[in-house]
Amino acid sequence: MTDATPGPKARPARLQSLTALRNIMVFLFKTPTSAFAMVVLAILVLVALFAPWVATHNPYMQDLQNTLSPPSGAHYFGTDELGRDIFSRLVYGTRITLTIIFLVTITVGPLGLIVGAVAGYRGGKTDIVLMRVTDIFLSFPSLILSLAFVAALGPSLNNAIIAISLTAWPPIARLARAETLTFRKADYIAAARLQGASTTRILWKSIMPMCLPSVVIRLTLNMATVILTAAGLGFLGLGAQPPMPEWGAMIATGRRFMIDSWWLVTFPGVAILTVSLAFNLLGDGLRDALDPKQMMKR
Amino acid sequence: MKSVSINRMSIRFGAITVLPEVTFDVAAGECFGLVGESGSGKSTILRCASMLTDSWTGDALIGGKSVREMGSDERCRALQMVFQDPYGSLHPRHSVRTVLSEPLKIHNIGDREDRMAQALRDVGLPADFIDRYPHQLSGGQRQRVAIARALILEPDVLFLDEPTSALDVSVQAEIINLLMRLREEKGFTYVMVSHDLAVIDHMCDRFAVMKSGDIVEILPREAIAGNQATAAYARELIGASLTYDRAV
Repeated sequence: MTDATPGPKARPARLQSLTALRNIMVFLFKTPTSAFAMVVLAILVLVALFAPWVATHNPYMQDLQNTLSPPSGAHYFGTDELGRDIFSRLVYGTRITLTIIFLVTITVGPLGLIVGAVAGYRGGKTDIVLMRVTDIFLSFPSLILSLAFVAALGPSLNNAIIAISLTAWPPIARLARAETLTFRKADYIAAARLQGASTTRILWKSIMPMCLPSVVIRLTLNMATVILTAAGLGFLGLGAQPPMPEWGAMIATGRRFMIDSWWLVTFPGVAILTVSLAFNLLGDGLRDALDPKQMMKR
Repeated sequence: MKSVSINRMSIRFGAITVLPEVTFDVAAGECFGLVGESGSGKSTILRCASMLTDSWTGDALIGGKSVREMGSDERCRALQMVFQDPYGSLHPRHSVRTVLSEPLKIHNIGDREDRMAQALRDVGLPADFIDRYPHQLSGGQRQRVAIARALILEPDVLFLDEPTSALDVSVQAEIINLLMRLREEKGFTYVMVSHDLAVIDHMCDRFAVMKSGDIVEILPREAIAGNQATAAYARELIGASLTYDRAV
């Protein structure tokens, strides 16, 4: 062996995925913007988990003696038109936001990935059928389509989640298909076929791992849109129903008092802004962090 | 050891006929070369015979049995291929372990650890390379992994699609010596595509000169040195190659 380059000893596979995870984390925390995103999202998750301890009041408890009071020591972000503590409502609202994001992501990610990878790899008629269906979904403005779905299914948080999922998968499918097309003719796919791998196996083992990073990035960037769409549906009264403390719905009800009581809309608005921004920045950071060379370095 | 025979193989892509009709036989244990300019259909023959492309007519027999009649499993165990570009033939996110264990899993073959270790030994790679990823390997090492992947199912026939042309000259020599040693040890039948007559001269017993999908002439290795080709095109090609070698 003359071409053996000196290198560190190889590690077992399980350790390697840990190395990869650590490298991603280190990279994300080294970049200021994605570090900011990680901190915001960590706070979001912690607040959602420990909502009962973080909140100062019961988010549903009305206090009609004390409506529309400005931010103070007793109510950090003031109270709304029914005397409910806005800070506590925001805190409990994180749970709703995270539920929406989580459910939409686990529906949209696999669906878009599978549709795109199958269309890209199989080509021909499969590709045409799947992509025309995708085009049909893409040709509607997503908020309008969500509105139509929610109007048909009836306004509720779950229906809002279903509606958002139905409108959010086509871009993922497009992306996965485009990725697949770039390497479906690659030699390593030909080699896998020569080894007798079935189409399912090639899709699962060879194609999906290649699509995954860009899909994850796209999903993360999508989360901001999901939050905004959910808030938009909430604002229109088609998402979470009162008295649930959903951020968009809070803005919708606060709108009537906006001129006199700015805190009703400002704080939920800032929350939506911060979280959307955080997801966008995280998506950007992940794009660099998921580069294979970066990921596997030791 | 199994023989290979290509019988009236023909394929067209749209309006272009890539292979009008190709016929040749390779004896069991022989190394047969295919040379010719770019686009003369050399690699297409290998892709057709290995059923990576299936829209061709004619027949390809391995050990007397048609590749079309073989099931996928049997075909995989009869023939494997080594590709030209070691940077493109290994999945960038698969470790050497995954590359080597996948075929064993697909074919339900036991004692995987031993077989993987043996395959790495066969191609002269240290055993602890098993957990490396392609970007942690040099070009020559990658090509060794690609050869190990082809060996692990213990095929009888290896198709070599310019296995050395993407490599540096010194690494080329190593890979060629490795391929020759493997043929001696395991008795493979090779069908090798190459641009480089020096490589053909070194490895092959006989070779076919191709031009726009047709086999112009089939010559023994000895015909290179004195340029004993009878067909004009073959003589021109060998002549050009000899002049080039002298110039270098």
